[in-house]
Amino acid sequence: MGWESWVITTFSRTLAYGTPLLLATMGEIYAERSGVLNLGVEGMMILGAYSAFSVAYTTGNAWLGILVAAGVGGAFSMIHAFASITLRANQVVSGLALTMLGLGLAGVLGRGWEGYPLMRPLSKVTVPVLERIPIIGPIFFRGQNLLVYVAIGLSVLLWFVLFRTQIGVRIRAVGEDPATADSLGVSVARVRYACVFVGGVLAGVAGGYLSVAYRPAWTEGMTAGMGWIVIALTIFAFWNPLLGMLGAYFFAALYHLSFRLQTWVAPELLKAMPYALAILVLVVVSRGTLQKRMGAPAALTLPYTRGEE
Amino acid sequence: MIGGRRLRIERRPNASGWVVFAVSVGAIIVSLIAIGVFFRGFGVSPLQAYRELLRGALGSRLGITETIRRSIPLLAIGVGLTVAFRALFWNIGAEGQLLIGAIAGTGIALYSGLPGWMLIPAMFVGGFAGGAVWGTIPAALKVRLGINDVITTLMMNYVAIYLVDWLIHGPWKGPTMRGFAYTDRFPAAAILPKLTGTRIHWPTLAIGLTAALLIYVLVRHTRMGFEIRVAGENPEAARYSGISQMKVTLLAMALSGGLAGIAGVGEVAGVHQMLLGPGQVSLGYGYTAIIVAWLARRNPLAVILTAFLFGVIMRGGDVIKVSLGLPFQLVNVFNGVILFFLIGSEVLIRYRLRLQAVEGG
Amino acid sequence: MRPTGTRSPGPEKRRNVEIRASDAPSAAVELRGIVKRFPGVVANDGVDLSVRRGEIHCLLGENGAGKTTLMRVLYGLYQPDGGEIWLGGRPVRIGSPRAALAHRIGMVHQHFRLVPTLSVEENVVLGLHERTGPFLRFRGVRRKLERLGEEYGLRIDSGAKVWQLSVGQQQRVEILKALYREADVLIMDEPTSVLTPQEVDGLFATLRTLVDDGLTIVFITHKLDEVMRVSDRVTVLRRGRAVSTVETARTGKAELARMMVGREVVFRLEKEPHAPGDLVLEVRDLQATNDRGLPALRDVSFELRAGEILGVAGVSGNGQQELCEVITGLRRAAKGSAALMTNDLTGCSARQIADLGVAHVPTERIRVGTVPNMSIRENLILKSYRTAPFCRWVFLDEGAARRNACRAIAEYGISAPSDGTPAKLLSGGNIQRLVLARELCGAPRLVIAAHPTYGLDVGATEQIRQVLLDQRARGAGILLISEDLDEILQLSDRVLVLCAGRVMGTLDADRADVGEIGLMMAGAQRSEVGE
Repeated sequence: MGWESWVITTFSRTLAYGTPLLLATMGEIYAERSGVLNLGVEGMMILGAYSAFSVAYTTGNAWLGILVAAGVGGAFSMIHAFASITLRANQVVSGLALTMLGLGLAGVLGRGWEGYPLMRPLSKVTVPVLERIPIIGPIFFRGQNLLVYVAIGLSVLLWFVLFRTQIGVRIRAVGEDPATADSLGVSVARVRYACVFVGGVLAGVAGGYLSVAYRPAWTEGMTAGMGWIVIALTIFAFWNPLLGMLGAYFFAALYHLSFRLQTWVAPELLKAMPYALAILVLVVVSRGTLQKRMGAPAALTLPYTRGEE
Repeated sequence: MIGGRRLRIERRPNASGWVVFAVSVGAIIVSLIAIGVFFRGFGVSPLQAYRELLRGALGSRLGITETIRRSIPLLAIGVGLTVAFRALFWNIGAEGQLLIGAIAGTGIALYSGLPGWMLIPAMFVGGFAGGAVWGTIPAALKVRLGINDVITTLMMNYVAIYLVDWLIHGPWKGPTMRGFAYTDRFPAAAILPKLTGTRIHWPTLAIGLTAALLIYVLVRHTRMGFEIRVAGENPEAARYSGISQMKVTLLAMALSGGLAGIAGVGEVAGVHQMLLGPGQVSLGYGYTAIIVAWLARRNPLAVILTAFLFGVIMRGGDVIKVSLGLPFQLVNVFNGVILFFLIGSEVLIRYRLRLQAVEGG
Repeated sequence: MRPTGTRSPGPEKRRNVEIRASDAPSAAVELRGIVKRFPGVVANDGVDLSVRRGEIHCLLGENGAGKTTLMRVLYGLYQPDGGEIWLGGRPVRIGSPRAALAHRIGMVHQHFRLVPTLSVEENVVLGLHERTGPFLRFRGVRRKLERLGEEYGLRIDSGAKVWQLSVGQQQRVEILKALYREADVLIMDEPTSVLTPQEVDGLFATLRTLVDDGLTIVFITHKLDEVMRVSDRVTVLRRGRAVSTVETARTGKAELARMMVGREVVFRLEKEPHAPGDLVLEVRDLQATNDRGLPALRDVSFELRAGEILGVAGVSGNGQQELCEVITGLRRAAKGSAALMTNDLTGCSARQIADLGVAHVPTERIRVGTVPNMSIRENLILKSYRTAPFCRWVFLDEGAARRNACRAIAEYGISAPSDGTPAKLLSGGNIQRLVLARELCGAPRLVIAAHPTYGLDVGATEQIRQVLLDQRARGAGILLISEDLDEILQLSDRVLVLCAGRVMGTLDADRADVGEIGLMMAGAQRSEVGE
């Protein structure tokens, strides 16, 4: 393969594979920014994948599948939200339970759906004029899915909301210092519920994308640990949606290259990179003021009770 | 308001052991009912399903021994997790520690060149050491640099998974395996003995039970146990009283990781007799063990019971897969639902309802 | 000072209208019969409070009298179990801080409610959806903040992140938050506890300006000096009840103290004459940094002898905490040395130092000094569990621990159902008794007591002070750190003043002049008197 087409294929595939990573990471960033760690991403994603596929298959409408996946992801996340926020249960354990339940449900429900290819997957889009631009054109504007553009646009929008609006100030305050936010009349519970819901919706859509657009089929366990990469990505992105975009595409590139470069580098090494890198990032950020500037929201994983001791 | 009185939710100052026990049992019962509803939704009678499950797990010699076999890794890992949790270390990485132990065991079995009689003890020691190292790395990162333990242990799970993948596809790929991604079969001296007529690899079981007893004594009655409890309950006070957070956390995680490593050795040397893909060596034992330890309320002796309970569930899942055609993933549904009801029910332990008279006017 | 006519319209106009509407001074805020209960304690027991518009009203009481609870009820953080709140002559229900703010009540808390990683303007604007809309128009916010800053002398850089600001500046942000929301009743909870005397002057001047502009201020404090200085009227609370409300001009410190405590307060304790023995602690040129990496101790040197109490005076945050931590081994000194008799302490671990006979009564007795979930018995052996009789080889001797607990409970009068009771169920005074019982059981040569009576009831306070004097009589050297200057002067033989990590001077307690100490605390003067 010529150099040029190699680059085009790599980047184009990166965009495609990075999209679910990006979507789910946006959602997790919001949840964690509000102080709730949601380890249930894998469970929400696979349920999203299953619901999208089954709806798309039976109705023939892939977009409807995505919509349902969004709803399923959101609803499912509410279990974790209720346990963590209202019942003040341990968030780590609750998230794990959500993943277990999600994997279990998807595995049981999905039995019998394997091996049926989707006749009408999410359509690919080719933008007429822009696709002629050398190199950039074929990467971005030829045969990509609409959701790819949605994901990019969404991450810019979500960044803007988080850092430039009143809503974003509230979310960040609730995640850093819920007592203060509460004392100023911000409903900590409501903000957290909303953020967890957003996380669930986006994770559901991400899963749906996998089964309805990326690889239009259903296989048990098809998310293959992507949910855990999302957790790593959230840290790698310093809880910032724009960095999340860069990180998602970077990890997606690593994944794609792990196949491409098999003859030179063991694929397992590249596949393990996201996880090792996340640890590295945490080590680097652990120094004092850097922690304050770019570190985790201070109240992450801590349930909040108004101080009636 | 109920006739001049108001229903208030207030913190329960101190929950007695009975309350905790009753709430735990209640949670399990409620979750079984919920899963029963799920069965109904599948067109399966819940009573029939549970009967199948219990019969398969406990109704025959084969069933019971298979249940015990399933519980062995849960026991070993669960006991280790009670120590980690006591030191307030969220060890989500037992899965990875198990795999590293399996790798160590495999390496010793196939490539160490040790005399036959030394192999099994060496494998256990190596497995313990491997798991301990894998567990103490996140511990050191947490104490030294304040890095979140959940994330690091989780990430290291996947590093371990890909390490196993790499080994079985690459340097350790068994030439006799005809293209399957497994290592060679272990030599006979490296295969764990079983209880006659069963698949129970009793050395691992023995280690697990002994560990439960030793850890119980350690935590309640020794100096180190006292330090672990103080450090887990109040790290500030621990520092103030001269307890080294580093020492305590490393010790706790060395034990926890080591025991998970032992479980790993048990799986490769006892069950499979070779190193397989990560998903085949561990069926999520590292995660299920978290529920085991949680339900046991961090009491290593209670882990013996809870590990058995989840062994029943896993064996039941095996059985139902065949008899009712429901996939093995059903076990995850069990695990997830039970865990949710468990942690949800803790609200009843922390708070209580009180009827209180309201002042007039 | 801007001339009256050019003040901004809006808030000012509103206040003037309200003042004109009622000629007689009316109650801006009235609390009637407020009752608030927590498990095990009645914090407010039918409290009446009436605050007039445009006055500075002090709420005076000891720690635990119910002042903060009462104001939290007013601010909507707590819901009262009984009683009513009346604002401007009408009963209201304040269900949350949001509702309080809607009623134009603002609160500046003792521990600032600021989000450190957000900027000043983000903190000010937090929670204000209706007025600024969903998008932030920072320029408008900045301008308004500048204007308020000019008007009331509260200048601040609105783009700075809060964690970068000094404590005094953070307090300004707190006040601005309330003013930005057009509060006309401002509750201030112990605002001077973190300020130097000069900053306190600045704060009082600001309060006066606010009141001149029509605001009403409720000022919570336990310091008599402040009450006399700044308030128009004062209400004294004791054990959850309002004792009385008086005009400040018509009362004095002695009367207020009597109302606060309920009996004649003895301002001098009996103690034996100062007869210092051998050198117990010698500190030379100690330098240390705090958690933020800034220098906390600069060339601190002093001596402490057996049988004497050296009181360390100073506003919290000037190095006292770090001094404690360095001497007890919880923090490493950057330079300099500390020596206990002949043993060099620098570089020793906390455990080694404790083994050498150093007792440490920490500032935070619950968070640091005890393990709340563990029993009294276990807490008592928190430092001695490593050796006999509590530990034989590796096993703990439960019988010995139990016997020890019985002895300690009897000796110190710890009130608890049994020695197996978890420490978290004990009251503050009993927790401190537990800590003392543990720390003092080995006849230590050096006792470091940091804020030992902070937040305790009078009975516990007296007992603990007596315990310290007993230790002094026994021949221990005691380093007493306290924010309560009265306590320092009562108990100490000599007083050392710390300001910004430097020793400003050392004086004999008998000849100490409070004004001089205050100036030293503020860094204005160094005394050459002393060792």
